[in-house]
Amino acid sequence: MKHAFIDKYSNLDSFIHRLDPRTRILTTLAFVLAVMVTPPTAWLAFVLYFALIASLILLAQLPPRYVLQRSAVILPFVLMIAIFIPFLGQGEVSGSYNVWMWRVSVTHDGLTVLWNVLAKSWLSALGLILLSSTTRFPDLLKGLERLGVPRVMVMILSFMYRYIFVLTDEVMRMRRARDSRSFGGRRLWQIRTVGNMIGTLFIRSYERGERVYGAMVARGFDGQVRTLSHLRLGRADLGFGTAFVTILLVIGLIAAVR
Amino acid sequence: MDEKIIQIEGLSFTYPDGHQALSDVSLAVSSGETVAFIGPNGAGKSTLLFHLNGILRSNNGAVKVLDLPIKEKHLKWIRSKVGLVFQDPEDQLFSPTVFDDVAFGPINMGCTEEEVRRRVKQALRQVGMSGYESRSPHHLSVGEKKRIAIATVLSMSPEILVLDEPTSNLDPRGRWELIELLRELPLTKLIATHDLEMVQTLCERTVLLDQGRVVADGPTHRVLSDLSLLAAHGLAPPIP
Repeated sequence: MKHAFIDKYSNLDSFIHRLDPRTRILTTLAFVLAVMVTPPTAWLAFVLYFALIASLILLAQLPPRYVLQRSAVILPFVLMIAIFIPFLGQGEVSGSYNVWMWRVSVTHDGLTVLWNVLAKSWLSALGLILLSSTTRFPDLLKGLERLGVPRVMVMILSFMYRYIFVLTDEVMRMRRARDSRSFGGRRLWQIRTVGNMIGTLFIRSYERGERVYGAMVARGFDGQVRTLSHLRLGRADLGFGTAFVTILLVIGLIAAVR
Repeated sequence: MDEKIIQIEGLSFTYPDGHQALSDVSLAVSSGETVAFIGPNGAGKSTLLFHLNGILRSNNGAVKVLDLPIKEKHLKWIRSKVGLVFQDPEDQLFSPTVFDDVAFGPINMGCTEEEVRRRVKQALRQVGMSGYESRSPHHLSVGEKKRIAIATVLSMSPEILVLDEPTSNLDPRGRWELIELLRELPLTKLIATHDLEMVQTLCERTVLLDQGRVVADGPTHRVLSDLSLLAAHGLAPPIP
């Protein structure tokens, strides 16, 4: 079965795609940090951040629809956490409603917090989508490694990338096997089946892990991770990095001045 | 020519759960031979193969590869001489790209970058997969994965190639292509399989294992023509 959802579009060719992965990782990190430390009421700064990331997404020739769809994936999680804040906070009340037999009030501070969480997480997600859609996953791993991320961590990520699809296939096969023998039944019974499937999946993955380790040992693995790295920082990287950080600083300054 | 490249003397192995997988197995393989290991499921074929490069080590240290007993201090050298290809290429190919996987062995052997690149290129050419370096293993077909899996050990330039069920899960064309590929590799080959047709085409010698014991060991044509022997060990239709 074919899957390509982690680094889709990373094989395009654009100015952004040609940068060294390290440049993209560091600038993404800088972007997320800048967004995080911006005060929630610096409206202009957020507009500028959005303009910056949107223009980079266009420059990278990513389809805007695809980026929007992907970024929407985080919304349910953020909303689930943040949606109740406006109703629970204390402070200046900006609106009160009668809902059946309760009196519900929305506070101004609470709304600000909600906006803050939503805007920042969405902008950060856009930044990460830009990173993952312009960097092939193996290159991302190489970049992380050269940036000094511990090799064991990089290796865990690389196994995740390699085996997440194998696991997805396994789950799909198990589901088909279940569905072809399942004729409804009580809810409780179905839940038990799902539990068994999760258990089976765990055991299978564990055994696969042992076999993979065997395959590594058979090729001379002795616990030390060795790799060849061949990345080169060019003038484009320096230029892009400097320009990007300058823009972030200017936006930050605008936010601070107002 | 008659140099014994692998010597196994009275090898027994019991898994931690108490299941005895091999008992008193003795055999020797000469350089350049192609030997098939056949037998029903659970006969101990894979267990035997895993002893050849020390992934499993028996209590009584009975395996010698190129005259060296399999001991901790020889392991690294022995593993570069014995290329073990696992049955499921998903287990063998664990890196994000084909290049990384084929380069894994040579890098662990401590080759220079230039040497690693040369070996990867050569290994991929040997299995007919040049140009696949930057592909991701999970996008390949089963046949392609099997070839890459063989390349991952060829890049260590082994003297002995050990294969566990190389033709399982392949369609007929992929299977014949793989058999042809194996035939052309000039190495000592040990193949565990149920594929008797491949055994007939590739291997001059066949070892029949059942319940952890060597039941028969001889020229392929003789072992495979003894139908009552094959039937007794579940490899041929029962004789009425």
